[in-house]
Amino acid sequence: MAASQTQIAVAGQEREIPVVRIVARRGWLALDLAELWAYRELLYFFIWRDIKVRYKQTVIGAAWAILQPVLTMLVFSLFFGKLAKIPSGGLPYPIFYYCALLPWMYFAAAMQAATNVVVEQQRVITKVYFPRVVLPISSVLSGLLDFAISFVVFAAMMAYYRIVPTKAVIWLPAFTLLAILTALGVGLWLSALNALYRDVRYVLPFLVQFWMFASPVAYPSSLVPAKWRWFYGLNPMAGVIEGFRWALTGHGEPPGALLAASSAAVGLLVLGGLIYYHAVEGKIADVV
Amino acid sequence: MSRPAIHVESLCKRYRVGERERYFALRDVLTRLVTSPFRRSPQGASDILWALRDVSFDVQPGEVVGLIGRNGAGKTTLLKILSRITHPSSGFAELHGRVGSLLEVGTGFHPELTGRENMYLSGTILGMTKREIDRKFDEIVAFAEIEKFLDTPLKHFSTGMQMRLAFAVAAHLEPEILFVDEVLAVGDIEFQKKCLGKMQEVSNSGRTIVFVSHQMNQIRRLCGRVLWIDGGQVREQGPTGEVVAKYETASLQPGDAAGGRKTCFRKWSIGGEDCVVRDGLREVAFHFQLRLNDPVSQGHFGIAILSDSGSVLAGWGFDNLDIPDGDQEIVLRVPFLPLRPGAYSLTCSVFDRGNNLTGGRLVEQWYALPTLVVDTPPLSHPQDRWAGVFNIPAEIEVESLSRRV
Repeated sequence: MAASQTQIAVAGQEREIPVVRIVARRGWLALDLAELWAYRELLYFFIWRDIKVRYKQTVIGAAWAILQPVLTMLVFSLFFGKLAKIPSGGLPYPIFYYCALLPWMYFAAAMQAATNVVVEQQRVITKVYFPRVVLPISSVLSGLLDFAISFVVFAAMMAYYRIVPTKAVIWLPAFTLLAILTALGVGLWLSALNALYRDVRYVLPFLVQFWMFASPVAYPSSLVPAKWRWFYGLNPMAGVIEGFRWALTGHGEPPGALLAASSAAVGLLVLGGLIYYHAVEGKIADVV
Repeated sequence: MSRPAIHVESLCKRYRVGERERYFALRDVLTRLVTSPFRRSPQGASDILWALRDVSFDVQPGEVVGLIGRNGAGKTTLLKILSRITHPSSGFAELHGRVGSLLEVGTGFHPELTGRENMYLSGTILGMTKREIDRKFDEIVAFAEIEKFLDTPLKHFSTGMQMRLAFAVAAHLEPEILFVDEVLAVGDIEFQKKCLGKMQEVSNSGRTIVFVSHQMNQIRRLCGRVLWIDGGQVREQGPTGEVVAKYETASLQPGDAAGGRKTCFRKWSIGGEDCVVRDGLREVAFHFQLRLNDPVSQGHFGIAILSDSGSVLAGWGFDNLDIPDGDQEIVLRVPFLPLRPGAYSLTCSVFDRGNNLTGGRLVEQWYALPTLVVDTPPLSHPQDRWAGVFNIPAEIEVESLSRRV
C-alpha cells in the first residue's frame, strides 16, 4: 500500500499538472475533441453497459435484433409488395424491404435511445462531470450491435436469392456513417429538448412513425417526381436508405442528387445539434 | 506558500426561481409564445435566488479543508461548480491537478450488472482508467468485503453491501484534488469508521481535499482548516477548532438572534469547562444554562444521550420541578459515564405543568451543541464489531480446575 502510494506521488510530480478553469460561460460551440478523446474509456463503458443490460434483460436477447426486421419485412412484402404492388425496381420484395429496414430500424432505435439518455442518466449527470456529449454518442453507437446482427440475416437472404453485391458495396460504410450521424444529429436535438421539456417523449413515437412514411422504406424514392427529389433528400434517411439499396444490390442508379442533399442536411443537423446541446448542457444539471 | 491547488474568485451562482422547477412542458412554452409573443419572460429581478454570492478562497496543495454550514447554505452548489457539474453565473475558479469528485456513493451503478461489472462502470464514471481499476481490483474487493459476490448481480446485494462496494471504488480514486460531499454518513458504524480511516489515509498521502459534512467530529478529525458557508457567502474561514466552535455557538443560540430575550437553552458544559469527558469512571457533571421568560411550576426536565445513528444510549427525566424565570443553571450529575470513546449528541427538554405524557406544555427543546466528546482510553474489545457501546475495564483470570466440571 505504502509503496504504491509513493510511486503515484512520484509519478504525479513528473506528470504535467492539468489545469481546469471554471468560468461562467464557454463559447457557443465547444466540442472539445481532445477532451472527448480523454474520455474514450467512459464512452466505451457506456456502450458496453447499454449492450450488457439490454441482452441481460430481454429473454430472447439477440433474437430480438433479428425478429424485428424479419417480421416487418414479411408484413411489408405481403401488404405493400404482393397486394399493393409497389414497384421494387426488379428486386425480390424481401430484399427490397430488408435493405431499407436495416438502416431504418437502426436509426429509429438509436435516435430514440439518444433522446431518452439524458433523462435516464440524470443521477449521473447531477453527480459527476464528463463531457455530456458522450451520452448521445454512446447510445447511437451501442445500437450498432443489433444492426450487425440483423445484417447477418441479410447476408443469408442474399445467398438465398443468389444476388451478388457489386462494386457499389464499398460505399456501404459511408452510408452507415451517414445513418449514424443522422441518428446523432436528431438525438442531440431531442435529448436536449427532452431534458428541458418532458413532453418530447410523448411526441417521439409519432415522430418515428411519421418519419418512416416520409422515408423510402415502404416504397422506392423513384415514386417522388424527379424535380422534387432534392427536396425529398433533405430528409437524410432518404439518402441513407436509397444508398443502402444501391450499395447492397447494385440495382438502380447511385442516388447522386438525393445523397448530396442528404449529406448537406446531416451536416447542418449535427452542427446545429451540437450547438443546441451545448447551450442546454449547462442548464441540464440544474433542471433534470 | 506555492501556487494554490484551488483558487476561487468571486464565484456567484444565481437561479431564477422557476428554473429550478423540475421541468416545464413544451406545451406551456408554446402557449406562452402564442398568447404573449413579445414578452420575453415573465420574471423580474425579485425572482432571482442567489445560491452563492461572491465566494473567494484558496486551498493550498495537500490541504484538507472542511465546508460547513446549514442545509441550503450553498455548500453542495459550491462543490458542484468546482466539480464542473454546473456552471457559475459569474466569477471563476482554477484547479491545478486531476480532479475527482464524490458527491454520492454508487454513482452509475446498475442493478442488472454484477459486482465486478459495476466496479468498472462506477470507477470509470468517477474518472478512473480501466488500467487503474485493474491494478487496484484486489484492494477494492478486499476493502468492500464482497469477494464471494463478485459475479452476482447488484440487485441481489444488501444495501450495506452496495454501499461498501460503492465506497470502496470511490475511496480508491487517486486524483490530486478530491471533493467529497457528505458521503461518509452511510452504512453501519464500523464501516463508517473504516471509511473515515481511509479518508485520513488519503489526506495523509498529500492530496488536496475539500470535504462537506454536518458531523463536526468528522470535520475535526480530518480537516486542518474550515470554511463556513452561510447564505451563499463565506462567513468565516480559519483553523478548524476556532471556526467550528463559532459555528456551533451561532447555530445553537437562536435566542440571541431574536434579541436575546426569548426563552432558550444557551449553552452547556461539563463541570463549567468544555464538553469533553476525560474519565468515564468518575462523576460527570453536566451544566445547562437556560433563560426562561416565565417560571416553570410542577414541570419536567428530560435529557438523553444519543449515538451517531440517533439511538438513545441513556436518558433521564425529572418531574415536579419548579424553576424560577430568568437565567438559570441546571446541573445533572451522574456517578460515571463509561461510554466508548467517540462523539455523541445530547438532547434536552423542559416542560411546564406536567411532562410529555401528562399534558405538560413544551417550553423548550434543544439538540445540544457542541457535541459531547468522550475522550478516554479505549478499554473494550479491539475489534470494532465487538467493542459495543460501553467502555468498561475488565480483567480475566484463568484457573485450572482440579476436578472435571
